[in-house]
Amino acid sequence: MAQPDFPYLHKLCSQIRRDIVRMVYNCQSGHPGASLGCTEFFVALYFHFLKHNPKFSMDGKGEDLFFLSNGHISPVWYSTLAHAGYFDKKELSTFRKMNSRLQGHPATHEHLPGIRVASGSLGQGLSVAIGAALTKKLNNDDRFVYALMGDGEQQEGQVWEACMFAAHNKVDNLIATIDYNGQQIDGPVDKILSLKNLKAKWEAFGWVVIESNGNDLEGLVAALEKAQGLAKKGQPVLNLMTTVMGFGVDYMMGSHKWHGVAPNEEEFKKAMAQLEETLGDF
Amino acid sequence: MTKFTFTDKKDTRSGFGVGLHELGKQNPNVVALVADLLGSMKMDAFKKDFPERFIQIGIAEANMMSIAAGMTIGGKIPFTGTFANFSTGRVYDQIRQSIAYSGKNVKVCASHAGLTLGEDGATHQILEDIGMMKMMPGMTVIVPCDFNQTKEATLALGTHIGPAYLRFGRPVWPIFTTGRPFTIGKADKMIDGKDVTIFACGHMVWQAIEAEAILAEKGISAEVINIHTIKPLDVEAILTSAEKTRCVVTCEEHQMNGGLGDSVAQVLGRFRPTPIEMVAVNDTFGESGKPFELLTKYGLGPENIVKAVEKVMTRK
Repeated sequence: MAQPDFPYLHKLCSQIRRDIVRMVYNCQSGHPGASLGCTEFFVALYFHFLKHNPKFSMDGKGEDLFFLSNGHISPVWYSTLAHAGYFDKKELSTFRKMNSRLQGHPATHEHLPGIRVASGSLGQGLSVAIGAALTKKLNNDDRFVYALMGDGEQQEGQVWEACMFAAHNKVDNLIATIDYNGQQIDGPVDKILSLKNLKAKWEAFGWVVIESNGNDLEGLVAALEKAQGLAKKGQPVLNLMTTVMGFGVDYMMGSHKWHGVAPNEEEFKKAMAQLEETLGDF
Repeated sequence: MTKFTFTDKKDTRSGFGVGLHELGKQNPNVVALVADLLGSMKMDAFKKDFPERFIQIGIAEANMMSIAAGMTIGGKIPFTGTFANFSTGRVYDQIRQSIAYSGKNVKVCASHAGLTLGEDGATHQILEDIGMMKMMPGMTVIVPCDFNQTKEATLALGTHIGPAYLRFGRPVWPIFTTGRPFTIGKADKMIDGKDVTIFACGHMVWQAIEAEAILAEKGISAEVINIHTIKPLDVEAILTSAEKTRCVVTCEEHQMNGGLGDSVAQVLGRFRPTPIEMVAVNDTFGESGKPFELLTKYGLGPENIVKAVEKVMTRK
């Protein structure tokens, strides 16, 4: 794999963060918090790790596949897909509006390139990714399947059905990530329903677990390289990725209040002043 | 037209098992998933001959539905197997988001539907599943009537594209459709008649055939039509027959709310208002018992169909 072009990846992070805030402001709706928190992850994945073709095919044979289980962070995914060439950046202005392919939560129904399954109702994405990984094995396709979940989402029982299944069945072409930002809609995860020792839980179920800082791009790239090295050795791999909700916009950082709220005009201007336009606004 | 007799009895779930095994031979992309009910679902033969394409999920139906959705990405055709209760109500949201809304080619195959599950009782006797599945946009819903038709429906799903729900059951039941063509969405007129039309699905088709014989002795000519596909509904067959007989009775092993009867009533109400009576379970849960005892207690016997016919004919 080629060396990552970090200066360009940093530019992408800044522009995608601007896109996220602009999209959410534009329709006064959506989920900026974890979208901003996961920006480095999407940039690292789509602009360094994934073997993928923006001339989208649903089956993705011979490609790496990515599944977003916590579908509410659609703004970061849509912006990433646009910058990767799946569709025109101008379309980001249609986010959450009627007749758009950019639904509030990701969907295949309007045929947006890059999306392979609907998500938003939580807890299902890891299972879908396992299914895709099983089919890759049946097809002798040696590429990886990636999945991203939220930490609040770990409260869904289906996550643990999937967790148990993947380890038992040695689904080792699967690299899952948990966005561990410690926040959910109603408050800090620790106060709503504590996850206790999440790393120990996944390890006890039979996964290999690595830890990373999702807002340190260079460190995250190194961690995902490590995850790839650990894959295909009989166990699924989990990247437990600590992030700061709202990263990059000071007043949004670390607070559950920005899980699913759009900024007003004043807040919007403040955010724009903090995020450099590096690759052109949509 | 031929009146029906039967020479053999088998369970409809065995028709599924035979059909699935045959599909496994025909198409290497067919995969089978089961949630710890291999024997009950009659999927043993598929597992034996295609072990690499058979996936034991364990008791985790939600995981099974979403895994099935994921397996379609890359071209597999998943057939999921568990009881009808755990194939629908338990996993409605997984089917809705990951399968139906996402347009995935998953075949949800459900056994032990309805009262004829018998002794296990109401926890397992789902009577709402047709309603749940037919409401789902884009979902095909098939309720075959005997071993042979369940096999044919399973085979037909192998080449059908899109999400589908196949509902069948546990008890041994007369086999009477051998040699009859099966096409998804095309109703099958079993008996020609002129005074009343009986639309039935699943196990109730045989009940309707028995009712027709009783009615014939009373001098009433009943037309019996097997609506094996609840969705897409064969609107033309329903309207053509209702035009001729001018009164109809529907029969199903399901709640009156949400089942075959209300699909037929919707068509008639919109296009040709016609008196209708419904033989179905009426807003109650089932209970433990022998299948035939239960059908009688809950008003799903041939004699109930006869009464419904006599009633609806007075309303013409």
